[in-house]
Amino acid sequence: MSTAVSTAPEQSTTRAGAVRSWKTPITLAVLAVFALLVFAIGAPGNEVTFRLSDPGDAIVLPPIVVFAPVMGWIGAVIMVAAAALAFVQVRAGRPVPGWLIAVFAVVFVAAFLSWIVGSARTPNVALYGLLAGSVTLAVPLIFGSLSGVLCERSGVINIAIEGQLLFGAFSAAVAGSLSGSAFVGLMAAAVGGVLVSLVLAVFSIKYLVNQVIVGVVLNVLVSGLTGFLFSTVLSADAETWNSPPRLPVISIPFLSDIPIIGPILFEQAIVGYLMYVAVAVIYIGLFHTKWGLRTRAVGEHPKAADTLGVKVNRMRFMNVSLAGVVAGLGGAFFTLVSVSSFGRDMTAGQGYIALAALIFGRWNPIGAFFAALLFGFATNLQYVLSFLGTPVPNQFLAMLPYIVTIFAVAGLVGRSRAPAANGVPYIKG
Amino acid sequence: MKLELKGITKKFGSFVANDHIDLVVEPGQVHSLLGENGAGKSTLMNVLYGLYEPTEGQILIDGKPVDFNGPGDAMAAGIGMVHQHFMLVPVFTVAENIALGNEATKAGGILNLDETRTKIRQISEQYGFQVDPDAVVEDLPVGVQQRAEIIKALVRDAEVLILDEPTAVLTPKETDELLAIIAQLKSDGKSIVFISHKLREVKAVSDLITVIRRGKVVGDADPNASTTDLASMMVGRSVSLSLNKAPAQPGEATFVIDGLTVTAPTGQRVVDNISLQIAQGEILAIAGVQGNGQTELTEAILGLQEHVSGSIRLEGKELVGRGTKEIINSGVGFVPEDRSVEGLVGAFSVAENMILNRYDQAPFAKGLAMKPARVAENAAERIAEFDVRTQSATAAAGTLSGGNQQKVVMARELSRPLKLFIASQPTRGVDVGSIEFLHKRIVSERDRGTPVMIVSTELDEVLELADRIAVLYQGRLMGIVPGNTSRDTLGLMMAGMGAEDAQGTDPARTDPESGDK
Repeated sequence: MSTAVSTAPEQSTTRAGAVRSWKTPITLAVLAVFALLVFAIGAPGNEVTFRLSDPGDAIVLPPIVVFAPVMGWIGAVIMVAAAALAFVQVRAGRPVPGWLIAVFAVVFVAAFLSWIVGSARTPNVALYGLLAGSVTLAVPLIFGSLSGVLCERSGVINIAIEGQLLFGAFSAAVAGSLSGSAFVGLMAAAVGGVLVSLVLAVFSIKYLVNQVIVGVVLNVLVSGLTGFLFSTVLSADAETWNSPPRLPVISIPFLSDIPIIGPILFEQAIVGYLMYVAVAVIYIGLFHTKWGLRTRAVGEHPKAADTLGVKVNRMRFMNVSLAGVVAGLGGAFFTLVSVSSFGRDMTAGQGYIALAALIFGRWNPIGAFFAALLFGFATNLQYVLSFLGTPVPNQFLAMLPYIVTIFAVAGLVGRSRAPAANGVPYIKG
Repeated sequence: MKLELKGITKKFGSFVANDHIDLVVEPGQVHSLLGENGAGKSTLMNVLYGLYEPTEGQILIDGKPVDFNGPGDAMAAGIGMVHQHFMLVPVFTVAENIALGNEATKAGGILNLDETRTKIRQISEQYGFQVDPDAVVEDLPVGVQQRAEIIKALVRDAEVLILDEPTAVLTPKETDELLAIIAQLKSDGKSIVFISHKLREVKAVSDLITVIRRGKVVGDADPNASTTDLASMMVGRSVSLSLNKAPAQPGEATFVIDGLTVTAPTGQRVVDNISLQIAQGEILAIAGVQGNGQTELTEAILGLQEHVSGSIRLEGKELVGRGTKEIINSGVGFVPEDRSVEGLVGAFSVAENMILNRYDQAPFAKGLAMKPARVAENAAERIAEFDVRTQSATAAAGTLSGGNQQKVVMARELSRPLKLFIASQPTRGVDVGSIEFLHKRIVSERDRGTPVMIVSTELDEVLELADRIAVLYQGRLMGIVPGNTSRDTLGLMMAGMGAEDAQGTDPARTDPESGDK
C-alpha cells in the first residue's frame, strides 16, 4: 500500500474543526432575554425625563422625555438582533466584532435606565449630574489604574494599589490639617504613596518575595496602621489632625458653560485636571519615548533588555516609585476633594476596582481610563438610583459596580495579554 | 580588533563551568568553539559578553585588558552576540527591538524610530537581508528573527560577532544562507565566534576550531580534520558516528493515523489532516524544523491535546477520545521532548521516576499501598541495564546530567512490553557517548517488533535512525520518503516542498518506491 501521502492544501479546508467560542453570543443572548422580559414586558407605563442641564446654566438644553415601554421595546429588539448577529458570526467562524458589543452595551444601559428611572417614585433624573458624578468618582480609580500600568508594564504586579490610595488619603489629611494648606496635603499624598511603593519595590525586586503576597500584606498593613492612628491620634484631636482644607474647584471660563461636557471636563479640583494630564503623559511616555520603550521591554523580556545594557531592576524600581506618586495623588482625592476628613478604610476596595480597570483596559493608560469611567458610572448610578427611590432593593444596587467589574473582566475582555514578565523577578545570570 | 581571553575561570558554587580557558580571536577570522552541550561554550561567551562575571582571568582587546560590568560595556567595546534563544522582545517591532538600549531621541525623550529604520535598511541592503523594520517580531520566521539579531549587533558597530548555536532553529536552507552571511561579514573584516556542536557546519565555516570539553580547552583543530577526529576530541574517546543498524524487517502495520487534525485555541490547524502508518519492527522518523506540529502530533497520540479530529488506531483500537492513562496502559511508551518538564519529576528520586507510569499497578502497588522494596529492586535493575550514572537510586532525578536523565526516562518507557514507542528529541542535549547508547536501545526496541516513531529536528539523527522519514511543514505532511533520502531533498521538504517536487530537483535522486511497503 502507498503511505506516501501528499496532503494538498485544498484538502485541508474540509470541515473546519475550528475552535469557536460561544461565550460572547450566549452572554449577549441571556442579557437580551433579560432585557426583553424586564425592560420591555415589565416596563412601567409612564414617561421618563432625562434632564440635560441645570436651569441655572448659561446654555439650557431641553430635557429628553421618553415613554418607558417604547424605549424598553426598541432596546430589547435591538439587543435580540445583536445577539442573533453574534451567533451568526461565531457560527461562521468569525469573532464577534467589538462595535457590536459596544452597541449592545450602550442600548442595554439606555433601556436599563429608562426602566429603572421609570419605576422610581420620581421618574426624573439629571443625566448631566449622573455623568459628571461618574467622572468624579472615577478620578481615584484612574489614578490607581495608572499606578498599576506603571508597575505592571515594567514587570511588577501591583496589588498594593488599595494601600497606596489609602495611605495617600491619610497622608493628605494629616499633612493638610497640620499645615492648613491643601497643596501641602497633595504633596504629602504623593510622598505617602511612594512610601508604600518603596516597600513593594524593595521586597519584590530586591528580596524576590512573591509580589502578590507583598501587595496583599501591604494593603492589610496600611489599613491596620491608618486605622490605629485614626482611632488613637486623629479621633482624639480631629481639629488639629483630621480637618484638612479642601482643594478649590477651578472652573475654566466659557468652556465650563458647554452643556453636559462642560461641568465634566472643565469644572474640577486640581486633582481632576492632573488626572487628564497623567493619562496623556503616561500614554505618550509609554509608547513614544525612550523611557517607555525600556519600561515595556523590561516588562516583556527583561533578559533581552539586559543584554542591550538596560538596567532591569533599576528601571523597575523607578517605575514602582513613580507609580506610588500617581496612586498617592489619587488617594488625596478622598480627603482633599470628596470629603474633608480621613475615615477608617475609606478607600473601601477602590484599589481592587482600579486593578480590575487596569486589566479591563488591557494595561493601556487610555483603556484603563475608560474602564475606570465605566466603574465610576456604575457606582454613581447606584447612588443616584437609591436617591430616586427605585423598586430594586438598595443592597442590590450597591452590588452594581462589582457586578459590572466581574462581567467586564471575565466576560468581555476575553484573552487580554499581560506583559510577559509581569510578576517574574529578574535574577541576573 | 584582536580579542584575547586569558585564563578565564567561571565557577557556579562548586561547579566549574570554565576552567582556565585561553582563546585568541584574530580579526577577520571565523573561529569556532566546538563542544558538547554543557561543555561550557555558552558560559564562556556570556562571560565575554559581560553577562557573567568571571571568577578568574582576563579579557584583552587589542592587547589591553578590559573589565565588563554588563553587556553595555561589551557592546561599547565592539562585541556583539546573537544568543541561542533570541534576545528579542516578541511584541515589539524589529525597529523597536533594535533601538532598545541605543535609542535615538528627539526633544523631550520622544523616540526617533525613523533613524533606526534608516540604519536597518542600510544594513539590510548591504548584506542582502530582507527585514521589514516595522514587522512585529513574533510574526516573523526564525530565520528573519536571527537576521534582526545580527542587525542589532551591526547597528552597534560590532567588530566581533558571537553566534551561539545559530543553526539550531534553522532549516537546512536557512543554514546555508546564514553561512553565506558569515562569509560576507568575514570579508568585511569582522571576526566571528561560531559556537556549535554540529561538526559539519563547523568544518564548513571555520578558519580555526577550538575544542572545549568539560570546561577546558582540549586543543585547536584544523577545519580539514576528519569528522571522526573532531568528534573524538569533543567527547574524549573514540566514537563511532554511524550506527550500522540492520535493515528493518517490517511486519504488519499496527499503528495507523488517519486524517488527524489538531486545532489550536486560536483556530489555527497545528496538525493538518495527517495520515500515516507504522509497521511492527520499523522506525518512522518525523523530520521538520521545530514548531511545525511535531509536539502536537505526539501529544495528540497520547491524548494530551484538545480539539483533535480524525482517527488514531493501535492494533485496531481507536485512541482518539481516550484518556492518557488508558492510552499508556494499552502499551504506548512515550519519551517527551522536554525531559526536565514533562519526562521527569526533578525532585523525585531516580527510583520513583522509573515507575511514574506504573506506580499504581502490580508489582509496585497493592491496593492503596506501594511496595517500596519492589520499586527499589526495579530501580537497581534498570540503573544497571541502562548504565545510568547516579550516586544512588534515591538521588533526586533533577541532579543528574542531561544524558543520564534521558536514560532514566528511556529506562522507564522501555522496561515493559510495548505496542508502540514514541520518542521526541530522544537525544537533545545529551552527550555524544550517551547518544550512541540511546540510539542502540531504540533500534533494539524496533528489532523486538515494536512500531517506533522518532521525532527529531536534527537531520543527522533522523538519517541515522529512520527506516522511513515523514516530513512535517506547518502541520502538514510533505510526504513520506525512504530512510536513505538525501539531505538536500529533506531540506527542501522541510521548507515546504512536496516530496515529488523535492526529489525532482535533487540530482542524487533516490527511488521513492524503494522504502515503501
